[in-house]
Amino acid sequence: MDFLRPASWEEALAAKAEHPTAVPIAGGTDVMVEINFDHRRPEYLMDLNRIGDLREWETGADTVRLGASVPYTQIMENLRAELPGLALASHTVASPQIRNRGGVGGNLGTASPAGDAHPALLASGGEIEVESVRGRRMIPIDEFYLGVKRNAMEQDELIRAVHLPKATGPQQFSKVGTRNAMVIAVCAFGIALHPETKTVRTGIGSAAPTPVRAKEAETFLAAALEEGGHWESGAPIPVSVAKQFAQLASGACNPIDDVRGSAKYRRHAVGIMARRTLGWVWESYRGDGRTAQGGAQCA
Amino acid sequence: MRVKFTVNGREQTADDVWEGESLLYVLRERMGLPGSKNACEQGECGSCTVRLDGVPVCSCLVAAGQVEGREVVTVEGLADFAQQRAEHGGCGAGVCGGKGTTLDEAKGWAAKPAGTGDSQTGEQVKLSPIQQAFIDAGAVQCGFCTPGLLVAADELLERNTQPSDADIREALSGNLCRCTGYEKILDAVRLAAARGESETAGTGA
Repeated sequence: MDFLRPASWEEALAAKAEHPTAVPIAGGTDVMVEINFDHRRPEYLMDLNRIGDLREWETGADTVRLGASVPYTQIMENLRAELPGLALASHTVASPQIRNRGGVGGNLGTASPAGDAHPALLASGGEIEVESVRGRRMIPIDEFYLGVKRNAMEQDELIRAVHLPKATGPQQFSKVGTRNAMVIAVCAFGIALHPETKTVRTGIGSAAPTPVRAKEAETFLAAALEEGGHWESGAPIPVSVAKQFAQLASGACNPIDDVRGSAKYRRHAVGIMARRTLGWVWESYRGDGRTAQGGAQCA
Repeated sequence: MRVKFTVNGREQTADDVWEGESLLYVLRERMGLPGSKNACEQGECGSCTVRLDGVPVCSCLVAAGQVEGREVVTVEGLADFAQQRAEHGGCGAGVCGGKGTTLDEAKGWAAKPAGTGDSQTGEQVKLSPIQQAFIDAGAVQCGFCTPGLLVAADELLERNTQPSDADIREALSGNLCRCTGYEKILDAVRLAAARGESETAGTGA
């Protein structure tokens, strides 16, 4: 094994071009476990910790450019207003120790359906900035996840940043696990209201081969809110609408039975989380001047 | 490969490090500092928690090569670290300009049993406030999780001198203990916080 220590982004791209099999390592949450347990012996390990830009974020007028290695702790502490859904999801990642090192780039690189950031990213919408010596491209989040632990990146590419719209409405995130800390999601659900376009976006984790959106549920809900004039009136969402939304969210799942939970349970739980998180975001939308809110709530 | 980094305030060099080796392995097997415990090797248990440039991390999830040129504080250096901090004010990043702890001192600290001091009460053995509080509160049973908990709890009290129970639970949520049921560990952190408060009371600190 060789250990590559690029001191700059350009050096990292050059190294990745020269050694396409090199495994990038930043927070080590996934990579080190695989090496410790002898599940993986990469020929080259490439440390990204030396590249300072990756740990920086910029807040623009409408978007946040979040460096791939910005630790979850920083997202929780500094970007709660701009990215409330991702901040909530970040808070459920593993433990303080892991959150101090891990970032969204790792979740995206590994592309496990259980990655905690994915439902929030899907619900927010946004683009992944990837780059190689051949050039830079922006991959829409909806096109990023291709299969179990497969993403849309080429072998010579590295994730540099994630570009996310600043929240214009409430966002929520919910995750099922056996305890609060240190759990891989049995399943997870993210929801974001986008009042400026009168749309709703969602993200489901751990209940399909990839993170997915519940598109039918989104379309149904947007139509029901529009039809009922809810965006303008802020009137409560009828129980029947919430119920239908939950059912459609369940239907968007394509889960498996595994040690963490059965497929049936996952479908059920995703429906429950869809209904609850919808209730939370709608309460925020009605309640606090229609601004983004990301405060933690209990069901 | 060779890795040079600062451990407990002193520059150290490890040679013939395998590229896939963890920081935990380097500390335990190459530097003779077995305070950081090797339990799950997957970041689940927190027994290997150390400070890396001031930040608590699982040393089993840090590749050795990633610590080149950086600063690590282990439980063996915690007493010195806490003392330096108390003398030189808040210092999150590592050494606080002190002389640091040599590897021999660090190994000696870990091995200092009855005879030179009472390992039960900590008499004559230099302890950080959190270590003393763990002893006084009876927060140690088998002791395997203790080093990681001490490092995590010490860092909590460094940034939050009066943590709520929720703060303590959150800060220690990455450290598993299978003996105590956590109650006495929580007591110990509360005790250390209360003692810290009474020490600084009236000093304007």
